Amino acid sequence: MKQTNKGFRIGAHIILGIVSLIVIIPFLLLVSSSFTKEQTLIAAGYSILPRELSFEAYRYLFAGAGNIFKAYGITFLVTAVGTAAGLLMTVLLAYALSVDGLPFRKGISFFVFFTMLFNGGLIPTYMMYTNVFHIKNTIAALIVPSLMVNAFFVIIARSYFMSSIPSAVLEAARIDGIGEIRLFFEIVLPMSLPIVATIGLMIGLGYWNNWTNGLYYVTDHNLYSVQQLLTEMVRNMQALQSGEMAGLDPAAVKNLPSTSLRMATAVMSVLPVMLIYPLFQKYFVKGITVGAVKG
Amino acid sequence: MRKKARRYAPIYLMALPALLYLLINNYIPMGGMVIAFKNYQYNKGIWGSSWSGFKNFEFLFKTNDAWTITRNTILYNLAFILLDTIMAITLAILLNEIRSKKMKKFYQTVMLLPYLLSMVIVSYLVYGFLSPDQGYVNKTILAALKSDGQNWYARAGIWPFVLVFVHMWVIVGYNSIIYFSTLVGIDRSFYEAADVDGASMWQKICFITIPNLKPTMVTMCLLSIGRIFYSDFGLFYQVPLNSGALYDVTSTIDTYVYRGLMQSSNVGMSSAAGVYQSLVGFMLVLFANWIVNKISRENALF
Repeated sequence: MKQTNKGFRIGAHIILGIVSLIVIIPFLLLVSSSFTKEQTLIAAGYSILPRELSFEAYRYLFAGAGNIFKAYGITFLVTAVGTAAGLLMTVLLAYALSVDGLPFRKGISFFVFFTMLFNGGLIPTYMMYTNVFHIKNTIAALIVPSLMVNAFFVIIARSYFMSSIPSAVLEAARIDGIGEIRLFFEIVLPMSLPIVATIGLMIGLGYWNNWTNGLYYVTDHNLYSVQQLLTEMVRNMQALQSGEMAGLDPAAVKNLPSTSLRMATAVMSVLPVMLIYPLFQKYFVKGITVGAVKG
Repeated sequence: MRKKARRYAPIYLMALPALLYLLINNYIPMGGMVIAFKNYQYNKGIWGSSWSGFKNFEFLFKTNDAWTITRNTILYNLAFILLDTIMAITLAILLNEIRSKKMKKFYQTVMLLPYLLSMVIVSYLVYGFLSPDQGYVNKTILAALKSDGQNWYARAGIWPFVLVFVHMWVIVGYNSIIYFSTLVGIDRSFYEAADVDGASMWQKICFITIPNLKPTMVTMCLLSIGRIFYSDFGLFYQVPLNSGALYDVTSTIDTYVYRGLMQSSNVGMSSAAGVYQSLVGFMLVLFANWIVNKISRENALF
């Protein structure tokens, strides 16, 4: 019986090893292409290990080719501002909904929760943001629509506040006459760092990876985020190859980045996430499982 | 009364910014859905345009598009639910058998990686394999077999398989972590008792592990069924690079609405498709939740 267990365990290692390879190989393809000489790429295609090592693409990249610095700046700014504002709004609302005896608490909770069940869809949202708020081609277009406050995170944070902050602590603080806002920032928040970190990471990842807001609301190249820049690079390449030249910006064709430069840009957009991920893996995993257990 | 107002005023103030945000970002667009019942003209705006009743819906359902996008959205989702669930549970069970803490963490870390990528990056990875000129499939695999390369972005036949595979590649690590966290909670003494009785590995999986996973599995599947009218816009728009030759197998309700708005300026029909999605989607969520409620109360959304 011990024998079968051992056999099964070896089988498990083999299958998980294969799955890990299937996950990793595409990453290797991306990274090694960014380190391969352009001529080799054109002649022999992408490869899992670089055929002819070259740092040319990165040299171009760091020399500021292809607007990459500007796009990075936009992505950093949008992620920082969006995450800070979104996280603050989320936890403040979550705390308010966790306060016992708050009049209309049920109604407000429903108001929040209902947004998870029903939405107006892209077209009314687009019409409102462009025609009423005139958000097109502004930095706000990358920060405000759809990403800031997610009802799901509000509900997760609220249940954390309700279950993990002893009400005796709150009562004692209130008897001492501390104001609600100070109470939240000085007592509740420091006691809730794990959930705040988890939600902050999730919101931050959402901003960093977002490309839809750019696609819907931004046509000005000066406001391109890294993701939007990448989208455009591959579209131009594809259009060029399939001969759909009509409607293509001639300037964009002339400045068409080389294949390896494109891959290097993609690598640089993934790198910060990959660097942060191992440090905060605990919180990522928590974010996933806490969601599954329900708020 | 006065005292109560003073006590709760700061709390309402704290709630206000996020509530205002939800009002603008989520509730106003719900009202904007009337656009589907209008003869929308850009210069007149939503409220100035004349009413058209159900004309937009009539037009939409007279086209083949309505059928194609409904079919694609539902069939892809069904394939995702079935295959992702089987794969995620298998991986979770295997992960649970690994004794070495280090290896366990390694596998988990690797399998979660794809979930951290944007669909733009995923489309780059897929392009790395399928690019007609430089892709790994054409240049390395097919070249080694002395086979001619193909323009994969024009061959619709392969895309259902590609998209199902890519979706699995992205999400399976994420889902397996959810199942794995349930597995960790199973009482060890069940397995010890089974060992004493001489149960095989396979018997333990069938009679202890799977039954314990069932509530999580049922809930996850039902919640996905509640979302069956929605599709991952990025998967169907970015990964096939919005290639026109593939629309028949890559168009879903979400890509149709987007293209109607941005590319063909067919606001009437695409907003009708949007309303169709919102309403049917809403009913499906309610239905799925009603069933979850019957099966395991504590897993229901509400």
